[in-house]
Amino acid sequence: MSWGFAWLALLVAAAGFWMGRARGVRFAEAGAHEIGSVHSRPHYHGLFVAILALLPAMALLLLWALLGDRLIAREVLASVPAGGIGATDLDREAFLSEVRGLVRGDYAAAFDPNAEAAAALWKQLAQRWGVVFGLGSVALAAMGALWGWSRLRPQFRARTRVERMTMLLLVVASLVAILTTFGIVASLVFESFRFFELVSPMEFLFGTNWSPQTAMRADQVGSSGAFGAVPLFWGTVFIGAIIAMIVAIPLGLMTAIFLTQYAAPGFRKVAKPVLEVLAGVPTVVYGFFAALTVAPAVRDFAISIGISDASSESALAAGLVMGVMIIPFVSSMADDALTAVPQSMRDGSLAMGATPSETIRKVLIPAALPGIVGGVLLAVSRAIGETMIVVMAAGLAANLTANPFHSVTTVTAQIVALLTGDQEFDSAKTLSAFALGLVLFLVTLALNVYALAVVKTYREAYD
Amino acid sequence: MTQAPRMSSLADVVTRQNTLAGTTPFVTTRNLNFYYGDNHALKDINLEFPAKRVTALIGPSGCGKSTLLRVFNRMYSLYPGQRATGEVLMDGDNLIDPKIDATDLRARVGMVFQKPTPFPMSIHDNIAYGLKLHLKLSKAELEERVEWSLRKAALWEEAKDRLHSSALGMSGGQQQRLCIARTIAVKPEVLLFDEPTSALDPISTAKIEELIAELRADFTILIVTHSMQQAARCSDQTVFMYLGNVIEVGPTAQIFTNPSVQQTMEYVTGRFG
Repeated sequence: MSWGFAWLALLVAAAGFWMGRARGVRFAEAGAHEIGSVHSRPHYHGLFVAILALLPAMALLLLWALLGDRLIAREVLASVPAGGIGATDLDREAFLSEVRGLVRGDYAAAFDPNAEAAAALWKQLAQRWGVVFGLGSVALAAMGALWGWSRLRPQFRARTRVERMTMLLLVVASLVAILTTFGIVASLVFESFRFFELVSPMEFLFGTNWSPQTAMRADQVGSSGAFGAVPLFWGTVFIGAIIAMIVAIPLGLMTAIFLTQYAAPGFRKVAKPVLEVLAGVPTVVYGFFAALTVAPAVRDFAISIGISDASSESALAAGLVMGVMIIPFVSSMADDALTAVPQSMRDGSLAMGATPSETIRKVLIPAALPGIVGGVLLAVSRAIGETMIVVMAAGLAANLTANPFHSVTTVTAQIVALLTGDQEFDSAKTLSAFALGLVLFLVTLALNVYALAVVKTYREAYD
Repeated sequence: MTQAPRMSSLADVVTRQNTLAGTTPFVTTRNLNFYYGDNHALKDINLEFPAKRVTALIGPSGCGKSTLLRVFNRMYSLYPGQRATGEVLMDGDNLIDPKIDATDLRARVGMVFQKPTPFPMSIHDNIAYGLKLHLKLSKAELEERVEWSLRKAALWEEAKDRLHSSALGMSGGQQQRLCIARTIAVKPEVLLFDEPTSALDPISTAKIEELIAELRADFTILIVTHSMQQAARCSDQTVFMYLGNVIEVGPTAQIFTNPSVQQTMEYVTGRFG
């Protein structure tokens, strides 16, 4: 229904464009021999009229799309005789969902006799309000077009106006991403507060026992519900910031040194993009590589050196693969940092009689160190937010252990475990995922902000 | 370009005629040619650089003067596709012979660049950098040599109280004198200056020029410069180059007052180049 009106409004806008353009053409013909007598070219007059027609019409239709359902639902609920439906939110939602199903024609008959009448009312309201809003939007389009058309003059700055409206459109587009981020943060914070009403923040941040199964019944065994997240934080740091970095920092740094200092330009031209492709491999691919190839190999190795209690999912397997995944990231940041060191500094050291490797060790790396550190911090923040590899290879047992052959779990792996499957959204178990998400978000945000600040001051030092 | 062979043979004659009176050549080039890939950048250079004198290399941009300077410490060998043929003789060694180790060579032939390039470490460690690479000195000897170098480079008074603070905090002129101190610390025989003052203000420039005049007592010095006044003020011998050829070489006073080639006259008087 409302789509039909949307097309109609579009048609009005198109008509407005042609009328505005036609008027612009007449201005142009009248003032053809005097430069400056007409400000804008005809199609800008047309665009100006079309935009004035379209904007209010689309705004009204959007309003209808966002709020219409809620308005109708409220009216339908009010129409149900008192006592016809239960008093809780859940009862009302169930009733409305049945009504919606009936309206769509999903159900042949209604369970609730009230729902039948309500569905009929819903259809009637939807049609009535749809026509009202639709006609309203077409009328707004026509009014907008007429108003815009009436403002056209030879000296009217239609081009400037169109430019300004274009900018407005771009601002709105970029706001979408920013507002979404704020929305996510707000929901994280809100849900976390609900969690902290059930579990004290002190227990969550400093407790060492993580066992999120809460009892559904009073007599249930083994579901005490403990929310001490320290084993999770430790597992995250152990895999992402320790094991992965032990792999990624030396290998990434050496790759960058080779590519910037030793590799022939032709080789560098090929190797750099290949390395960046490695960064684009979906993490789930790394995940099953970790789970199916690396983890069994690590376990076999552990058993062969006499560690009999090595588990098949280990911190080491996940950390090793994650380190490999991060290598291109570290090497690309280190590459940028090393390239930013002035050539003259390198030449200066070589002219002192230092060999290239002495120059790298004693001059280039110290000079590039802030940039490299910044890159490593960004890599850490990526590693601790990484999910797929740890879900598949690290396991879910919340062990507080420094033995890399044991299974540990991470914040991200737990969030996945807590939120997959059927969950009730008001238990401490589910809500704890939001608190974990909030902690993860704050830590990675802090790391990113700090790392970018370090990298920025470093860049300024050599500009 | 087609006149190149005639010109260089003319330069040969000029060289022999104008060798500075009362000096012995310390570095000599024989039929030195240099190539950037296919680009023939230096053509049959035959020059003598007298011991404990300053030789200025002048000429318009692209004439090959910096290229020539970089042959003496083999800086070119770091870049693929660059090669030199002929001989550069010093103490009986051909410096461009690959059998001579480039890192040892660079301890004998020091170089100071256009842009001051202090390393990201303390003033003291900047000076000690080359010493630690080439010599085994005791702690006391090292400290002594650091002080000696800084005094030689007229930097001791300014630097003695901040030896262990970062060299990056010094002014541009101080940084350039630090680079000179760092270079002379290993007591090279030859010093190469590649436009050492083009990034500096006039006061710092004057200090560096004074310094070069003092260093002349101990080192054989080659300086590339775009400033005609600098060449006239600092050098004993001047080489004028153009398009990879030596056009004229002679005592500085003669090159600037009474050159024998028309082109040199036009360049030093600013009518060309």
